Amino acid sequence: MADRFFAFIHNVYAQAIPSPDTETLFWLCATIAAFVVGMRIQIHLKRAPWANPVLFAIVVISTALFVTKTPYDAYFRSVKIIHFLLGPATVALAIPLADSIRQVTRSLPAMVLALLAGSVTSVVSGVLLVVAFGGSHEVALSMAPKAVTTPIAIAITQQIGGTPALTAAFAILGGIIAAMIGETTLRRLGIHDWRAHGLAAGIAGSGIAAAQVAQRDPVGAAFAALGIGLNGLVTAIIVPLLLYILPG
Amino acid sequence: MRRFAGLGKSTPAVKWSMPEAFLTLLLFQLIGVIAQRALTLPIPGPVIGMFLLAGTLLWRKSRQTLASDDADAAEAPAASPALSSLARSLIACLGLLFVPAGVGLVTELPVLGANVVPIVASLFGSTVLGLLVTAFVMHRATHDAPAPEQVSDADGQVL
Repeated sequence: MADRFFAFIHNVYAQAIPSPDTETLFWLCATIAAFVVGMRIQIHLKRAPWANPVLFAIVVISTALFVTKTPYDAYFRSVKIIHFLLGPATVALAIPLADSIRQVTRSLPAMVLALLAGSVTSVVSGVLLVVAFGGSHEVALSMAPKAVTTPIAIAITQQIGGTPALTAAFAILGGIIAAMIGETTLRRLGIHDWRAHGLAAGIAGSGIAAAQVAQRDPVGAAFAALGIGLNGLVTAIIVPLLLYILPG
Repeated sequence: MRRFAGLGKSTPAVKWSMPEAFLTLLLFQLIGVIAQRALTLPIPGPVIGMFLLAGTLLWRKSRQTLASDDADAAEAPAASPALSSLARSLIACLGLLFVPAGVGLVTELPVLGANVVPIVASLFGSTVLGLLVTAFVMHRATHDAPAPEQVSDADGQVL
């Protein structure tokens, strides 16, 4: 029954999408629509962190690819322009970075210490835990930059020979984990300073965790934005260095 | 050249256009990519572009602040309004931009399936450790340091 339904959907798709141009348009619309629906669901659920629109869109599009028997390569060709915008979006992080420069210079020593400690911990513990639990070399490499905001993480993982799709998945999943449990865990340990909360969210969970803190407090938001930007630089430098030092 | 690169608001009469703002981002990405290739740097091109742009914006702003001798100039945003709003838009839909790469997960399902235990353990362990270490060091270091951090807390309406 399900097979016949999928075959029917596939036939409709094959009839309706004859040319490459139409295919591009279709998958662009589908991708953006899935993301928009995901966002609306999240807003409807009072911005619950677990209702992540990126994850939602990935699940919907993956299902759609399966049903329409579209290979991932064909899909990626269609939506390459969305992927391409990651570059300019990364460069665009320069603007909040420049705007909050006074905050950095004020608490510079504490931030540099916390940044270095957090970055090294994220990278080393990520790689070592994969190795300790018997994961493959490819997974370990893709895990290394996962705490950084995804455009930077993808660029780093391409640099060191990891898999961009795995790193993107790890970055999103890591961000969701940080957003869901970060604040509760830190408060339980007696840390109530929004600067520490914001910086930790930005460094350990990048965009998703930072968005969670940003809803709560403006100081936390500023330090989360800084954590994202600066962790990008630090991790981009230390990942290749650490992989050079670490065996394998 | 300054107008062309769209790096600031030199005179109020000049309307900074969206194409100029987009050109700025693409140019800095291009410069970053070329610098990365030419010098074989370990940092990705777009990240180099990001720091070059931040540096350029701050340099431009410090020159304007010196020239204008105006107290408000120091508080003004470093980028032109068009560049600021383009950056805000791009960062606001950052989530959408990783969907194409994230869907690539379907091609990685065999790798993921063979590594479920290390992936789950590492994602949880390393994310929690990263959070704790960062927040703890930040917490201790700011507590031990005197006045300046308290000031930043008091006037902290930043975003």
